[in-house]
Parts: sequence; structure tokens; C-alpha cells
Amino acid sequence: MPYDPSEPLKDRITDIGPRHYGEFLPPVIKNNKGKWLYHEILQPGVLVHVAESGDKVFSVRVGGCRLMSVEHLREICDIADKYCEGYLRFTTRNNIEFLASDESKVKPLIDDLKSRKFPGGSNKFPIGGTGAGVTNIVHTQGWAHCHTPAIDASGVVKAIMDGIYDEFGHMRLPAPVRVSLACCLNMCGAVHCSDIAILGIHRKPPMVDGEWIDKLCELPLAIAACPTGAIKPAKTADGKKSLEVNAERCMFCGNCYTMCAAMPLADEVGSGIAILVGGKLSNRISKPKFSKVVIPFIPNEPPRWPSTVNAVKNILDVYSKDANKYERLGDWAERIGWERFFEKTNIPFTHHLIDDYRFAYTTWRQSTQFKF
Amino acid sequence: MGKHNTPMLDELEKGPWPSFVSDIKQQAEKGKHILKDAPEDLLGVMELSYVDKVTHWKHGGIVGVFGYGGGIIGRYCDQPKMFPGVAHFHTVRVNQPSSKFYTAKYLRSLCDLWEHHGSGLTNMHGSTGDIVFLGTTTDHLEPLFFEMTHELHQDLGGSGSNLRTPECCLGQSRCEFACYDTQEACDNLTHEYQDELHRPAFPYKFKFKFDGCPNGCVASIARSDMSFIGTWRDDIRIDQAAVKAYVGGEFAPNAGAYSGRDWGKFDIQKEVVDLCPTGCMRWDGSKLEINNRECVRCMHCLNVMPRALRKGLETGASILFGAKAPILEGAQMSTLTVPFLPMESPFSEAKELIEKVWDWWMEEGKNRERLGELIQRKSFQEFLRVCELDPDPRMVDEPRSNPYIFWKEEEVEGGWTRDIEAFRAKHQR
Repeated sequence: MPYDPSEPLKDRITDIGPRHYGEFLPPVIKNNKGKWLYHEILQPGVLVHVAESGDKVFSVRVGGCRLMSVEHLREICDIADKYCEGYLRFTTRNNIEFLASDESKVKPLIDDLKSRKFPGGSNKFPIGGTGAGVTNIVHTQGWAHCHTPAIDASGVVKAIMDGIYDEFGHMRLPAPVRVSLACCLNMCGAVHCSDIAILGIHRKPPMVDGEWIDKLCELPLAIAACPTGAIKPAKTADGKKSLEVNAERCMFCGNCYTMCAAMPLADEVGSGIAILVGGKLSNRISKPKFSKVVIPFIPNEPPRWPSTVNAVKNILDVYSKDANKYERLGDWAERIGWERFFEKTNIPFTHHLIDDYRFAYTTWRQSTQFKF
Repeated sequence: MGKHNTPMLDELEKGPWPSFVSDIKQQAEKGKHILKDAPEDLLGVMELSYVDKVTHWKHGGIVGVFGYGGGIIGRYCDQPKMFPGVAHFHTVRVNQPSSKFYTAKYLRSLCDLWEHHGSGLTNMHGSTGDIVFLGTTTDHLEPLFFEMTHELHQDLGGSGSNLRTPECCLGQSRCEFACYDTQEACDNLTHEYQDELHRPAFPYKFKFKFDGCPNGCVASIARSDMSFIGTWRDDIRIDQAAVKAYVGGEFAPNAGAYSGRDWGKFDIQKEVVDLCPTGCMRWDGSKLEINNRECVRCMHCLNVMPRALRKGLETGASILFGAKAPILEGAQMSTLTVPFLPMESPFSEAKELIEKVWDWWMEEGKNRERLGELIQRKSFQEFLRVCELDPDPRMVDEPRSNPYIFWKEEEVEGGWTRDIEAFRAKHQR
């Protein structure tokens, strides 16, 4: 019985939630759940997990674009059918894992994945993303679908991953490096604890569309949305209710635009990229930590954002050469000292990098311990 | 060439990483999606943004399916005449199964559904973990929802000021480190709180995320208002023969995760014992000892020698509250609140805690105030009273350094009411 528009509530089903994960687990996983003994990374992107029973499951991890067509998804399904009895999963970082219980299928699967390319020449299924390397960049929507971005997302990610592609397929860095991108500081993909974060920021205060603002927005909500109290009521020349922004106090968070469509702030030269580094999520050795802003602004450079790609490559390169084994990027920067970080990476330290917001003092140095 | 000339996007077809531009083009060329022009017009509007360096999407209007206040995000293009195929381009969030395992059969049924009702473009997956159907028109929403619920037995995810789609790591399904069944916890709580997920009643968004161990693969400590992070409170299990196998080079350390560079021979003293954050390990050349009472379960030694060291058997989760991205008061990570909570289905202890916290937040929280910000505004002490928890030194990195304690009257002998005349009888003005 198809949907009947004349009776939208007839036989309506609601609140059934997601499908149960148990329906989608390969038998080898179902049989050994909670009884895995250990795993090994056989080569970059290829893992075997061994259970107490002696059963093994082989996972082949490939990078994916999170913006993905159903044509591509169908190709993924065909591959899973051919080698993995139809079983696969997606990882938290937008990778795809083909799950094979039959070891003899692994090599043909790898060969097949390597052979598939888009007409433009890019690989459809690059294998890697494991261990002490760079895995896929988690990211947001950007110019493909979002109303508040300062930058594109998919294009910047593509350009960066092309630039550091070799590290996806190798495990030769001092520790895992997690790169993330959020196209504005709403961070619908939270990037604030990443080894390297690419963040879209604005630098021009919002414009006020005085003709329309009172029709489009709840003015008090827009005023209340400003964390620095920079927005106040005003009237247009012809007496319409409007708002006024004290530009000096604007920190370009865009929260007012989120609340009010008549206060756009994105701009072709005002908006661009900030780079943050040194965050981590895991509790391994050191505690989780926030990423820190080290490059306050890089202009938007579509289509391939060369300055951003070079900045990421430079940081990754210096870290790779200088850090000890097991040292995450932030652990390394703390050991050598941030003064050395800027020296070694040749990144200029400017006033923008000194905190002047809520918890600013906690980041200033109250010590005579520093390096010349 | 397609409908629009896209020289800048075409540059993104080059290079080794998979090209989303090539993928959208293949959908445009051979896809069976019903909104025929959507992929090409998406490329068109993106190309325009590449030229203008500004987005061409507008704020969403209120669209959705009847009876739900979330799950659909309205989206409109600001150049509808130039790109009619994406003039209305709403997003549908589909609640993913726990830890994103699929069968090809089920994925294909999702593809079929989306071809019948949308652009043929998706996000696999959105930032919160949903399967995201990217771009459709309002008239398709009800039929899509009807077919999805009736034929695929599948529901929408969350958006707006409600419970967002919970997410978990793959947990015990394929990981030896998982300390509880993250998949079951995620699935159980998602079903328990369907009303909160579909009908916005909160001050702002609320996220649960379930990490099986302190490695934190699903980022719960940074990204969820309530973080469940697996842990154990007994001893690490040691297989001394396997430790020797690592030292002797029979087993690859780190499960091979560092094998791409020659870091020299594995040195258990330097790479494990000396890097232990509490110095609770000792290696005498033949036996590894761990003073488990001093262990903080950072996972390093288990990560390095997974075949020799295993998590304890008395497992559960640490519960932390209040993580969020920077808007508005600055980024926050979750704060340890319950050091150890049992995590057995049906997760009654967790649910009891959740409901206390939600009641308080719904009562006290301001519009668009995340839980972490409310805790800061009202104090952690107040939060503990709400949770009916006793203070514990595990909840802080260090005790306060300022002495401005908000004493309660009942804590002070004799209370606060005093007689100024009695005072003056002893002390002249």
C-alpha cells in the first residue's frame, strides 16, 4: 500500500528508531562478539582480528568521500557481494571497511579496489587509514549544502588529501594524525580536539538588511545571540525597526546570522581558513587536549587552496621529522615548547594567536621557564 | 560536458584522492534519481561559489514530516532560477544502525528509496552519524517517510533542539578493547528516547556518544553532552609469555601500527614502561609487573602489546558530561562525573541519571544553552546535587585555588542569623 496523500495519517508508523545492528553483522562477527583476542595490521589499511575461538575477520579499509552518490554506493555493494558475502561497514571517519571472513578473498579484493578509478583519474577506493598515518579527514558540508560556511568543505578536503595522499597509505609518522575540517565555527563536525584542524572563519562583521530584518527575524533573539553584546536595537532612516552592530566588539562567530537570516557575514575576502593544531581525543599517555590556533588566516583559494595545503604539509612534515615515536602532534609541541614549534615550522607568531576571550589567562605563561 | 560549465570544480577531478566531483558527475550521467537535474545543478551552484567564494544556500525554512520536529533540514538555493534542480534541496537524516554495519542488500534498498524520492546524493555519514539523504523537495518528504517506515522499517534521526542521533564506536563487535557493548547501549537508548529524538523539547541539542574504551574512537569526550567511555576497575590481565614474545620480536608491537618506519628494535622499557603516565609498570628482563592500583587506564600498554595485555574483567563506563564545540562560551570537553557505571542492558542506572539531568536542564537551561554551559553557569556542585552524587577527587584535576567557597547556611554552626545588638554589647561602634 503506497502513501495516500489524501489520508496522510492512515497506518502511520512512527518512533520505530533505527534498524537493529544485529541484522547487519557478518556471521563471524556475530559469533565472536565480545570475544576478540587481538588484531594485527597486515599492511596499511588491512586488518585481521582474531577471536578466542580462533576465528578471523579481515577488514580492508578504504577512504571515502562523505559526499557520495547512490551510484557509488551501489558499486560498493557490488564489491561487498563479490568478496565479502555482502558485508561492510563505515567508520567514524568516513572510511569504508569491507569485511571478509575468507582469507583467500583478501588479495583479490585489494587488487580489485586498486584497479577502480574515476574517469578523471582519481582512485575510487584508496586503501589505508590505519595506524601511525593520516586517516580520512572528517568534515562538514561547506558550499555543497550549508548556509553559514566560511569555506567549502569537500573541495578543501580533496585538495589536502591529494597533498598528503602518501601518508594515508603509509604508517610512518610518529603517531596517528587526525585531520578534521569544519567550514564555520559552529563546527557541526567538531574539530576542536584534532591534531590538525582546518576551520572556516569570518573576518567581516555582519551586514544588516534593514529593509527586511524586522520581517525575517525576532530582533531580541538576534540581540541575545551575541556573546559580546555587540548588537543593539536601531531604526532605519525611514523609521523601520532594525539592528546595529558595534563592529569593534564583533568576534565574527556568526551566531547572529544563525538566528537571523538578515545579518549575512560571509565575504569573498573576509572569510577564509584558520589552522589549529595539537588536539587529541584519546587518553593514551597524555590527556585529551584542545587544538590551538597557529595560523589565524589563510584566504579562500578555490579550487585547490594551495596555501592551506602547503601549510598542512609543512606542519606534518616538521612534526614527522622531529617528534618521538608515540608523540602526538600536541605532545610534541608541548615537549619542545610552543616557541620552538613556531621556530621549527617557520610560522609567524602574531597577536591573533594570544587568547583574549573567556579563559584567556589560563593560556598565558606565568613562569620564567621559556626557551631563547 | 554537463549542463553547466564547471572549470574550477573540474580541477578537483585530478589527483589521487577520490573525487566527489567525478562522483556527482557519474550520478548526473547514469543515475536513476527522480530529481533529474539535481546533481548537475549542485555542481553548478558549487561552481558559482568557487567563483564568488561565498555560499549560495539560504537558511532552512520549517519543513518536516507530520508529528516530528526534527530529522529534516530545510534548505533553499539563493539562485533558484539559475539552478532550479536544487532550488529546494532539503536534507533527510536517517538514523544509522549502531556502528554502521550494513549488508549490501539493505544499502541497496536505501539507494532505491532515495532514487525514488531525491537527488541520488548522500553523505555517508553526517557529522552526528546519520545516513544523510542530501537534497529533495517538500512534496517528497511524506511519501519518503511512509515508504521508509513501512518497507524499510527505518526511522529518521534527530535535528534541532532535541536528542541528536546517538552514535557509538564498533565496540565488542570487532574490538578487543571494548569494555561494554557500545552497540547495544546506543541502540537501546536510541529506542528508549524516541520521543526526545523526534520532538524538540530541550533548550538546545543533546548528544550521547558511546566509546568502548579510553582510546575514544567516536570522540565522545569532545563531542557529546553525555559521554560514555568504557573502562575497568580490576587488574589488567597479563600473559607473560606473550610479553616475552613482543620483547623477543616474535610479535609485532602496536599490532603493526608503526611498521612503516624503522624505529629500531622494540624496547619495552623505553616504549612501554617509561611512557606509562603514572609509572606503575616494571620490567625486570623476564617479567612485567603492573601496580594496577596506580593505573589510570590510558590504554598505551594495551595498544602497544594487545596480545599480551588485556583489559580487566570488571568493566563498565565512566560517564562525563558537557562537551561542545566553541559556540558560544568556548569549546568544552566533557567532565568526569561518574567514575564507574555498570553498563548492562537495559542500562537502568544510565537512564536514571539521564532523566535527572534532563529534568534539571529543561527547567534551568536558557534558550540555546548546552548542558556544559549550564553546568558552568550554575556550578558543578549544583550539578552533583541534581545527579545525587557525592563529590569525589576524581572529578577534578586539582582542588580550587581560590577560597571563595559558597558556604550553605546549614553547613555553618548556628546558622547565619545573628544579633547585632549582642555584637555591639561586646564591641563599641
